[in-house]
Amino acid sequence: MIFAVVSLFALGVVMASVLAVASRLLAVEEDPRLEVVVDALPGANCGGCGFAGCEAYASAVLNDPAIEPNKCCAGGPDVAKVLAELTGKAAGSADPQVAFRRCLKTEGNVAKNFDYFGIMSCAGAKLVLGGPDACKYSCFGLGDCVRACPFDAMWIEDDLVHIAPDKCTSCGTCVRVCPNSILELIPRRSRVMVFCSSQDKGKAVRDVCEVGCISCGMCIKQCPAKAITLVDERIHIDHKICLAYGPSCNEVCVEKCPRKILRCLHPDMIAAAPDFQPATFPEESHVPNLQD
Amino acid sequence: MEIFLLFISAIFVNNILLAQYLGNCPYLGCSKEKGVAIGMGAAVIFVTVLATVFTYLFQQYVMVPFQLEYLQTIFFILIIAALVQFVEMFLKKMVPPLYKSLGIFLPLITTNCAVLGVAILVHRLEFDLWTSFLYSIAASAGFLLAIVLMAGIRERLALCRIPRSMQGIPNGLIMAGIMSLSFLAFKGMI
Repeated sequence: MIFAVVSLFALGVVMASVLAVASRLLAVEEDPRLEVVVDALPGANCGGCGFAGCEAYASAVLNDPAIEPNKCCAGGPDVAKVLAELTGKAAGSADPQVAFRRCLKTEGNVAKNFDYFGIMSCAGAKLVLGGPDACKYSCFGLGDCVRACPFDAMWIEDDLVHIAPDKCTSCGTCVRVCPNSILELIPRRSRVMVFCSSQDKGKAVRDVCEVGCISCGMCIKQCPAKAITLVDERIHIDHKICLAYGPSCNEVCVEKCPRKILRCLHPDMIAAAPDFQPATFPEESHVPNLQD
Repeated sequence: MEIFLLFISAIFVNNILLAQYLGNCPYLGCSKEKGVAIGMGAAVIFVTVLATVFTYLFQQYVMVPFQLEYLQTIFFILIIAALVQFVEMFLKKMVPPLYKSLGIFLPLITTNCAVLGVAILVHRLEFDLWTSFLYSIAASAGFLLAIVLMAGIRERLALCRIPRSMQGIPNGLIMAGIMSLSFLAFKGMI
């Protein structure tokens, strides 16, 4: 009995001392700032920054001078400011964005070609004759984006996905999973949005949806800032140009759109959009560099 | 031929997970994605082989001379836990790429029963050192096979509509049971 206790104790002491010595000899020097930067990030590992996770971005932003500190869209300007201080880089202006659904299929009374009973995911439905809806560019409402959203900012209502702008961090995860590419990121202070993502010709759209884009080009012609173009057969607003031009055009595109799919900012979205303030961080040269 | 039989027996007939029911914790915890499952399986192979060899030597040269065999389980737990800690530190310093791929799995299996099970089984089966070494490779390869198969199944299951109360672990346990039953079919082979 005594021998068992003593021998076990002895083994424990030997193992402990071996580990203690090893931890000294084999200590790896980690950048102490890494932990601070990781703590400053939201930790959702959403991948919105383009890196494999928060830690990957943290080590990249610390070690690579070319990586900007405002890549974290989930954290927004607050995190960008913290990262800029920690890494000694200029924060740049992170224009807050929000995910936006380019589909109004309930309003447009889009018919169903068939009832879909397969695997309940948009990606699955897309594989069956391009989906159950008559319009091939509609929101199926099966919620691939809802399941993918790391911030619980989306939900399905009336077969359509809805986005809570106050929870959306514009990480872009939903944009990547949507098989119909009807989700996109737009600046929170966008003035005008296109509520349709169809790439079909006018006749085909008219047949399936009452509020689909018929590619008439009226908005393109009317826009004084030339901010609207046709990209991949669908209307694309360059929000940077649109915002830079300002409100002096009185949203002529919204007025002229015969299908009324160009609309001004949704009231919900305005309420949730934080007041945008241009970046007021110091210039690059004034910030002491921690790496020196 | 004997070695071939040993491998077939350890991988299929006496699969450590599906026939001996050891190591169910990482089996259910790390089998949601194939990539993670492969990493886990590789870490188990690595640790099992190391642990088996070390504990075998310890048994031969310390425990037997001092007649401490009755403390086998508790000694082995201590040795394996310390060994894995040491290996983790060693890899972090010396082989960073390997640490990156195995590192997160190593702490998970410090006191894993599959690792301990193999270390103890080789003494029950009265293998010599070389056979123990081969057996530990084969048994942990069986673990890798089972967990990768399971991950494949669960990746498919993720797309199915399953009642909420059955999602995740309950369904995983049922799958493990069915896989175990199907592996029983190998019993007649040897």
